Amino acid sequence: MPVESLFPRLEPLLPRVQKPIQYVGGELNSEVKDWDAARVRWALMYPDAYEVGLPNQGVQILYEILNERDGVLAERTYSVWPDMEAIMREHGIPQFTVDGHRPVAAFDVLGVSFSTELGYTNLLTALDLAGIPLDAADRADGHPIVLAGGHAAFNPEPIADFVDAAVLGDGEEIALAITELIREWKDEGEPGGRDEVLLRLARTGGVYVPKFYDVEYLPDGRIQRVAPNRNGVPWRVAKHTVMDLDQWPYPKKPLVPLAETVHERFSVEIFRGCTRGCRFCQAGMITRPVRERSITTIGDMVENGLKASGFEEVGLLSLSSADHSEIADVAKGLADRYEGTNTSLSLPSTRVDAFNVTLAGEFSRGGRRSGLTFAPEGGSERMRRVINKMVSEDDLIRTVTTAYENGWRQVKLYFMCGLPTEEDADVLAIADMARRVIQAGREATGRRDIRCTVSIGGFVPKPHTPFQWAAQCDHETVDRRLRALKDALRGDREYGRAIGLRYHDGKPSVIEGLLSRGDRRVGRVIRAVWEDGGRFDGWSEHFSFERWLTAAEKALADEPVDVDWYTVRERDEVEVLPWDHLDAGLDREWLWQDWRDAVEETEVEDCRWTPCYDCGVCPTMGTEIQIGPTGRKLLPLNVV
Amino acid sequence: MPEGPAPAPVIQRLRVRYAKRGRLRFTSHRDISRAVERAVRRAGIPVAYSAGFTPHPKISYAGAAATGVASEAEYLELGLTEPRDPERVRRELDTALPGGLDVVDVVAVPPGSGRASALADRLEASEWRVRLDGIAPDEAAAAVAAFLAAEAVEVERLTKKGRRRFDTRPAVSRCEVDRRASEAADAPCAILRMVVRHTTPAVRPDDILTGLRQIADLAPPSPPLVTRLAQGPLDAATGGLTDPLGPDRETAQPTGDGAGTAAVPALRPPAVGVDAAGAHP
Ligand code: SF4
Repeated sequence: MPVESLFPRLEPLLPRVQKPIQYVGGELNSEVKDWDAARVRWALMYPDAYEVGLPNQGVQILYEILNERDGVLAERTYSVWPDMEAIMREHGIPQFTVDGHRPVAAFDVLGVSFSTELGYTNLLTALDLAGIPLDAADRADGHPIVLAGGHAAFNPEPIADFVDAAVLGDGEEIALAITELIREWKDEGEPGGRDEVLLRLARTGGVYVPKFYDVEYLPDGRIQRVAPNRNGVPWRVAKHTVMDLDQWPYPKKPLVPLAETVHERFSVEIFRGCTRGCRFCQAGMITRPVRERSITTIGDMVENGLKASGFEEVGLLSLSSADHSEIADVAKGLADRYEGTNTSLSLPSTRVDAFNVTLAGEFSRGGRRSGLTFAPEGGSERMRRVINKMVSEDDLIRTVTTAYENGWRQVKLYFMCGLPTEEDADVLAIADMARRVIQAGREATGRRDIRCTVSIGGFVPKPHTPFQWAAQCDHETVDRRLRALKDALRGDREYGRAIGLRYHDGKPSVIEGLLSRGDRRVGRVIRAVWEDGGRFDGWSEHFSFERWLTAAEKALADEPVDVDWYTVRERDEVEVLPWDHLDAGLDREWLWQDWRDAVEETEVEDCRWTPCYDCGVCPTMGTEIQIGPTGRKLLPLNVV
Repeated sequence: MPEGPAPAPVIQRLRVRYAKRGRLRFTSHRDISRAVERAVRRAGIPVAYSAGFTPHPKISYAGAAATGVASEAEYLELGLTEPRDPERVRRELDTALPGGLDVVDVVAVPPGSGRASALADRLEASEWRVRLDGIAPDEAAAAVAAFLAAEAVEVERLTKKGRRRFDTRPAVSRCEVDRRASEAADAPCAILRMVVRHTTPAVRPDDILTGLRQIADLAPPSPPLVTRLAQGPLDAATGGLTDPLGPDRETAQPTGDGAGTAAVPALRPPAVGVDAAGAHP
């Protein structure tokens, strides 16, 4: 059955919307494959605006891997802005892909990558525009399988009613495995319809199909148990871990958009996973163990990616890029290779140590030394012991002094507010720290023009972390502490002017908390918010706290639970958590012990350079730490 | 504070005519300049950079068509640190740009030609094609006749400097309904062709459409498809345009490898295959 492009219908409407280029596709290295020649067709969605979604690495990698296969086709779709949504509704144009402008409902799979929970309402918009029933239960055989991935999919329960399936962890291998399974089922003539293919997926143990699990509740609202309701469906669903990243050097053909996007650079992931053990960090916990890409693969990927894209900037991505075992050689090798070519290198690393400053120096060779960011995360030594951020105040002062001495004039410090066990004094300690930073900088350089910006984010407890049991701090307390901090800095005559403070109010964190640790009942809240017009909740100009509270009150009226129950309530060890049947590999007892250690201010080392402390991931997932050094170096490129 | 060596000087200047076609008409000027910078890098064209902490490639643009407007005749100038054969640059730059941003012609600026030969000064006027879907050619012709007969046609538009009122009539040196093209089109429509002088404030095709609406109630049911067909010096005798790169071509010296192979393109695009609606599948 041929599927026609919607573009001819869309084109006359494009002059009426903001930034029409975001809807036309045609990016360099994008591809429109023959519809009829494909057996399995994926629509990949990033549920945010094109400018945010296009650079997403996960989507780009899957897009390329799937399109490389014969008989498989992948196209991309993003959230449309409200002006476009209105026009599409007015003219009956369904959610479309930007590649072939094909209707999303015509694909076999709609894979949605959730980096954050605040994209949930955008999922509903896309489903509704696509003409796919919002409730998975209402979908018929011809509808796509709606599949969630990304970090938020480690607790997909709040969207369990809206998705058919979810996958946890690295997508490369599982996307191909799902493709194969669907192809087989189609080749057999689609026996048993939608139910059968979902059942086959669920039985692999690597795909979570919410409808094959029943959730039972206790009278007080807690979960009693989550149990499979079909034969052969496993009790727990495991995450996926790609071993040997050198075998998966994607993206090889980075997408280069015409429209302006949030990251205008070629990014190479230099390793996955992090075992520093920061207790607030969900990414670090769910992506274990550490798997490095070798220095030579990194060098090849950078060279190839620059050639294929024409980008001027290369970003070396990971959760803590300075931790790569050969980062010094990577930095020097790349800086040597690209010296004089107007190619800039960036390394997102906020590690507080002098080595990080040296690296930053290598990356800014010959360029302006505008600002460096460090993340102590907690204001007081006590707070940092709780979150296992092993940085002393003296470390920080030494590090920033080195930075100021080496020509940087501006240092940015990143902290969190609302951490477990936090008291007013812990937040006020941020002011003392910032003052010492300026003082040390002035002494080291003899200059008065040095600055320090303090950036503060609200802490949200996340599933699969030691803080999954913690009470989230209420937004009134967060706001009060931040105000006190602001007053302390403003009142400081000697240093106040040299210190900038940036923070947001605590309300969005409450909703993020509700969605992060919510269960299936929270789905009703999401739906009510969406029906009330909720869109783009990750954007402060679109987010409405009141809308969420009102919707939650109505949607949860008949339940013994409310927003506070999900957010500011501490859980005990035996409570069944909504994501307990989803296996990130972390041993639950280890997580609980780490939570107790946090309260007792006991720190844990990194298993890369101390013995394994049995977090559980490696034995459960059959993985191991993969790090260098390889001892190899980057050779200069042959100049043409 | 580290200071790099002085950037390499400009040895050769190339003038590039490019088209924006099909769905790429929705690119903004900023989108195009990013795409060109990347394409230059991908193609390995030795473009010169400005000095300073944030060096910029020496690429300058002459009056770009608005977002949503297609064009067969946009111009930019590249400053190179090494001489290159213009035809080779045309090919390589065209390959490196996304399909729809197409390089039509590249000409080297003859060495020694100074400020006086600034390309922007030669772009005195544009020829436009405007396709009005759902409008009968006769209705359009009557409106055009009324417009041309008027002494002044004032319109109002929101410019960067706020609301402004200006006369569109003097800028229009030619305007007619292209009957043949209108009849050959795939759907009922009227196709206008017009030559409009570059003035300040700029009179754009949509200003003229505003004028046609004011003067003769011409109200197309959907947004018009506007294509710039040519830009260049206005030929007083014919009321048409001449090739703005002509003067460079006449005096150009062969440079680099395979010199002198640059084909002289037709100033007017071929009659088919460039319609903004139909160029891309
Ligand atoms: S199992 Fe051991 S080695 Fe593996 S990530 Fe956990 S602590 Fe590290």
